[in-house]
Formats: sequence, C-alpha cells, structure tokens
Amino acid sequence: MASKKMEALGSVVERVLGDKLVSSTLALDELTIVCKAADLIAVATTLRDHAELSFEQLIDLCGMDYSAYRDEAWDGPRFAVVYHLLSLKHNLRIRLRVFAEDDSFPLLASVNPVWNAANWFEREAFDLFGIVFEGHPDLRRILTDYGFVGHPFRKDFPLSGHVEMRYDPTQQRVIYQPVTIEPREITPRIIREENYGG
Amino acid sequence: MAEIRNYTLNFGPQHPAAHGVLRLVLELDGEVIQRADPHIGLLHRGTEKLAESKTFIQSLPYMDRLDYVSMMCNEHAYCLAIEKLLQIEVPLRAQYIRVMFAEITRILNHLLWIGAHAIDIGAMTMFLYAFREREDLMDCYEAVSGARMHAAYFRPGGVYRDLPDSMPQYTVSKIKNAKELARLNEGRKGSMLDFIDDFTKRFPGYVDEYETLLTDNRIWKQRTVGIGVVSPERAKNLGFSGPMLRGSGIEWDLRKKQPYDVYDRLDFDIPVGKGGDSYDRYLVRVEEMRQSNRIIQQCVAWLRDNPGPVITDNHKVAPPSREGMKSNMEDLIHHFKLFTEGMHVPEGEAYAAVEHPKGEFGIYLVSDGANKPYRLKIRAPGFAHLAALNEMATGHMIADVVAIIGTQDIVFGEIDR
Repeated sequence: MASKKMEALGSVVERVLGDKLVSSTLALDELTIVCKAADLIAVATTLRDHAELSFEQLIDLCGMDYSAYRDEAWDGPRFAVVYHLLSLKHNLRIRLRVFAEDDSFPLLASVNPVWNAANWFEREAFDLFGIVFEGHPDLRRILTDYGFVGHPFRKDFPLSGHVEMRYDPTQQRVIYQPVTIEPREITPRIIREENYGG
Repeated sequence: MAEIRNYTLNFGPQHPAAHGVLRLVLELDGEVIQRADPHIGLLHRGTEKLAESKTFIQSLPYMDRLDYVSMMCNEHAYCLAIEKLLQIEVPLRAQYIRVMFAEITRILNHLLWIGAHAIDIGAMTMFLYAFREREDLMDCYEAVSGARMHAAYFRPGGVYRDLPDSMPQYTVSKIKNAKELARLNEGRKGSMLDFIDDFTKRFPGYVDEYETLLTDNRIWKQRTVGIGVVSPERAKNLGFSGPMLRGSGIEWDLRKKQPYDVYDRLDFDIPVGKGGDSYDRYLVRVEEMRQSNRIIQQCVAWLRDNPGPVITDNHKVAPPSREGMKSNMEDLIHHFKLFTEGMHVPEGEAYAAVEHPKGEFGIYLVSDGANKPYRLKIRAPGFAHLAALNEMATGHMIADVVAIIGTQDIVFGEIDR
C-alpha cells in the first residue's frame, strides 16, 4: 500500500530531524510525524526550508481533544494540534502532530512566523479548543459569538451548549438563559470488537 | 487646524456585496483602507461537532450545506476520506459520474461567482446570463438526486443511484405558450446524458458571450487590473489554493498533481495567470469553465458506452438493492444494521482533498473504530483566502474591497462551517 515516494519521505524526515522526531508512522499512504512541543518552531522551520522537504504551504491546522478516544480513559496529554503540510515543489504531504503538555493550560508556540496562513487557523483552535498559541499577534475568538464562554469543541462541552438566546418581550431585548432542551442521542455511539460480524 | 483621524467603518453583515454574513471592520484614511478586520462566525453551525454525534451517512447532507454553491464537491471530499479509511474500491462508472458532477458543480460555482462578482462591480447583465445557464445545470441536479441544491447524491462507495433515462419536461402554464414549451423541451427529449451533451455543445458559445461582455470591457479592466495583487511567494505562504494560487502564476491543480477518481484518464488543461491580480483570476476561472466543459463531454461519451454498477457491493458500506432486501434475509439484515447503527470505519486517520472550485477542500477524518467519526475537520479554502483579506485590501480604495471579496469567491457556509 505504502508507495515508494512516501517511504523515501519517511527516511528523509528521519535523517533531517534526527532526535527531534518522537515518532513517525506511515499509514494509508500518509506520513504522520510527532514532535515535542518545545521543538515545534525548529521542526516547522526545518520542514519548510530544507531543500529535500520544502513544505512551503500550511494547508490545515486543527485542534484535537483526545480525552474520549475509544470511550476509554486517555493515557497521555489530552490536547494536540495537527498540522497538514503540503510541498508544491515535491508534490508531497505530511502530517505533524504536537501534543500540548499541560492539560489545564494547553500552550504551544505559534507557527505564524513560519507560515502566515496559521493566523486564523490558530485563532480557530484557540476558540474551539482553548489551546493558547504563544507569540500569536492577535489571538481573539473567531467563530463563536462575541462574549462566548467556554470552548465548544472540547469533548466535555455538551452538544446543545450551556445557554440559549431569545427575545424577551417584557425587557424588550435579547437575553441569554440556561438551555431548556434535553440532550438526546438517537443513534448510540458503538465501538465493536475486532472482526465483528465477519 | 483640526486633527485628522482614521475613520472606522462597519461593512456588513447585511451588505449585499459581503456575499453572505461578513462583518468587515474597515479602518480608513479618507477613502484608503488602512486595515481590514473581517469578523466571521455569524453562520457558525458547528458542523464538525455535529458530525461527531451522527453516523457517517447522517453527516453527509451537512456537507452540501458547507459551501452551498458547490454542493457535490464537498460531498466528494467527504466520501473520499471515508473510502480511504475503509479501503474500498469504487466502481468505475460511479467514479465517472462523480467526476462529471464535480465538473458540473464547478461550472455552477463559477457561474454564480462571475454573476456575483460582476454585479458587485456594476455589470448587471452578467448575473442574468449566468443564472440562465445555472438553471439547466440545476435541472441535472434535480433529475439525478431529487433536489436542486442540497443533493446528498455522492455516497461512500459510489453514488446513490444511476443516471435517469429521461429528463423532466416543462408543462403548460399561464406564462408559457405551446411554442415556448416546444423550445424549452427541445433538449429534454432523450436521456439525461443527451441533455448534458446538448448543454456542453451550447455552453462554449455562452462563455464567449460572457467574454465579449467583460474581457475587453474598459470598466471591467479598470476595476480588476492591478487590484488585490498577490505574489507567488505570498500566495504560498498564506495557504492559497485553487484559482487564487493559479492566478498568481503557480501551476498547481490537485486534479493533475494528485489525481483522484478518474481525473488521470481525462484530458484537460490547467490555466495559469501571470500577474496575480483580480483580472488574472477572472481569466483563470473563465478558462476553467471551458476546461470543465471538455471534461464533462469526455465523461458523457464514456458513460454512454459503459453501463454497470454505480455503488460498491460491500453491504457493510452501501445498502443492498430494494429488490434484494425484500427477498433475501441477509440483505434485510444488512439494510437494518446499516440504517440503524451505521457503518463502522476502522480506527485511523485520513486526509482527503479535492480540487474544489474555490481551492483545496480537505476532510481530515479521525476514527476510533466507532460508527461515528471521532473528529472531523473541514479544511475550507475560503477560510485561508479571507484571512488574507487584510493584506490584499490594505492600500486600496474602499470600492476595491468589494472587488477583492468578489475575486476571492467567498461563501460563508464553508468559512464558518
């Protein structure tokens, strides 16, 4: 399954990054590498500038909350940020995953100086997951409402939220109040054992 | 003498040139933009969070509602991501149908873009012309899926059903007489493929009409040439993709470079701009419409000669036929399990990207083996483009902001998600 090209990329990344590389996995013809939060900027700069890699485009940056993975207690840091990089020169893609060490205050360095595209993507990850990016020029909420409380994409944030908004005719203004709808799940979430049903 | 301060101007969220719900806070020195700060999220519905509580099939119609002018291209990326994790083969006919509809969608998107962009800058007629052609393509959507916009036609493993053998006809009404009806129904006598074939023969002529209106138009050039110039280096660093990247002179198209489905079997060219301004991006998109037309013609020719299944026969993924379900116990169980519990996608992560009309539309899917995704991240091309609005608009006049929003082809369904 894994193509020669991706295997070659794996060995180049291993050689170039050396001991900064925590792990590298090749699955479904996609290479995923993990590095430590402290090395993030050095790794990002190397990935962008090294002639054999030249990942000059940051395609996507997203937050991850692993706390409910496989519906079990998650062993390890809860929050991670996943970077999808693209090299136009070599026509290659790579995925970089960095775990934030502190669960109560997830903090990572901003890759904004390396790829300017990171600006809004980091604001989004901050807004939805509460991951803080050190060195970001303008870390404001982006998608949620002005004055929103909480980080909605965390696994412990309920799907129906905490507050609802309505127009109050007596006060003649829009007010926020605790949600009145019950959360419900029509199709339960199920993880089957290996080879279930053949 | 009075001290001169910068003006702050609120643009939107209900301004017709804001292409939806964009609130733009502009800082102006006279009429020159000093800073543009887009406030987005007014259409944020939390699609990614909703997907985590729905089965894989239930989330599919949400994809239509992301970029609501190129519905099937969004579904395409979603299906490709699931198929990658499941490692299933899609029948060749389904791949051709998907490519054909992806290109029909590209034309639909570019037609809306050219109409809206032109009306923003002051050319009224384009909008009417573009919507005339969109109507025919919307009819194709409706004939194949039952819905004019939110089709939910692509499925993991193929497409929902085969192409219909007939097209719906116009009927008599107060405003349509017999002569008018005969004209409208002329191309609708045969199958859907005949109708699309007829459209592809007419369409290059229509594109010529648009070009005679705009390409050498003095006002059009004054409003677009040299507006929103992006250098190739900046385009790469800002994460641009699609026509925004090609307009800056970088030859990059996922359909050629990382082909998915049957794009590697089709013959088409990639237009590339030179100057990186709004006019170049206009030329790129117009040429893309012509190239899409070529792809559709090739798909129609192939689909005419090659009947076959249009969805995988793996019943863990796709439902069995209605006939089988009513006569066969096995199929009945499959059907029941698929529509109550849904499919299980093996543990892992995958990123699938398509060349969406607006740029690279990607789906990053993380599955922990359940019947629902653990995390679904939608990489919307417009998000990266709008983030660069400040850089593109600074130093331009206030009227040029409208031209820049137009050239970025902004749709809020995908940006806010």
